[in-house]
Amino acid sequence: MASPLEQFTIEPIFELKIGETDISFTNSSLWMAITALVLIVFMVVGTQRRAMVPGRWQSAVEYFYQVVADMVRDNVGTQGRPYFPFIFTLFTFILFGNLIGLIPGAFTFTSHLAVTFALAAFVFVGVTIIGLITHGFKFFSLFFPHGAPIVSAPILVPIEIISYFSRPISLSVRLFANMTVGHVLLKVIGGGVVGLGSFFIIPGLLPFAFLVAITMLEVMIAVIQAYVFAILTCVYLNDALHLH
Amino acid sequence: MEVEAAELIRDGLKLVGAGLAAIGMVGAGVGVGRIWASYIEAIGRNPASKEEIGAFIWIGFAVTEAIALFALIMAFIILAS
Repeated sequence: MASPLEQFTIEPIFELKIGETDISFTNSSLWMAITALVLIVFMVVGTQRRAMVPGRWQSAVEYFYQVVADMVRDNVGTQGRPYFPFIFTLFTFILFGNLIGLIPGAFTFTSHLAVTFALAAFVFVGVTIIGLITHGFKFFSLFFPHGAPIVSAPILVPIEIISYFSRPISLSVRLFANMTVGHVLLKVIGGGVVGLGSFFIIPGLLPFAFLVAITMLEVMIAVIQAYVFAILTCVYLNDALHLH
Repeated sequence: MEVEAAELIRDGLKLVGAGLAAIGMVGAGVGVGRIWASYIEAIGRNPASKEEIGAFIWIGFAVTEAIALFALIMAFIILAS
């Protein structure tokens, strides 16, 4: 009986090594490339006509633009405008990656901590550098208590620093854990459908109904996790740009 | 013989550890329930605020659920180590 964790194994499709480093084109890379291709086709072909009164496809693309633009404007303000393309790319890449991974037989590349931590690390390091460039050494006033007595500083400052460094960890583990647990659950219930339905169809219908409900839940979780990743990025960017 | 007994004990204790680690999800269950309890109460007090607050519950849900999943990932790590 195969373990439900076997679906997350990374298999190389084209072996490629530079010295000791393995940079093969794996199934994870394949699905990242497919996601990027789907995204590019969706956005570019959708806005091909550039009609003043948009048709259905162009409306859908404009809806994504509106969601992310509102998110950036409400959470970062007008100073966040230069960072809008990055947040847009991050949001749509994670969203489409999560959703495409729900297709049976596809691979969810966001279900690997390596991938999500790379994304979260870029956000964290980028936001810290943006904060340091914008404010110089005043950036470290982010960790000092604002209205609290200076006596409590030796306790509060280390706590603030630790909670600041926990941001990339929580950002990456939230996405990775949600995707992994979702797909493990789908696999386990799917195994139940096959197991119960193997000798007679009727007993297999109950777990199948459950599977349909869980898949609907997983679609909702995929969208919510992408949205939360993007909006937390905007909140961290706001913290760095405006220092509370 | 001794080594086999020690391995069996280790595998059994791994299962116990994973089960204990998963108990941590109770807190997150309570937290997620409170999000919607407070949302419904807020709508009861001020029905016009439904749209404004409605955007925040999903962020609160995802962040609270993350804690539950940290506990679950700990359980998986213990199980697989």
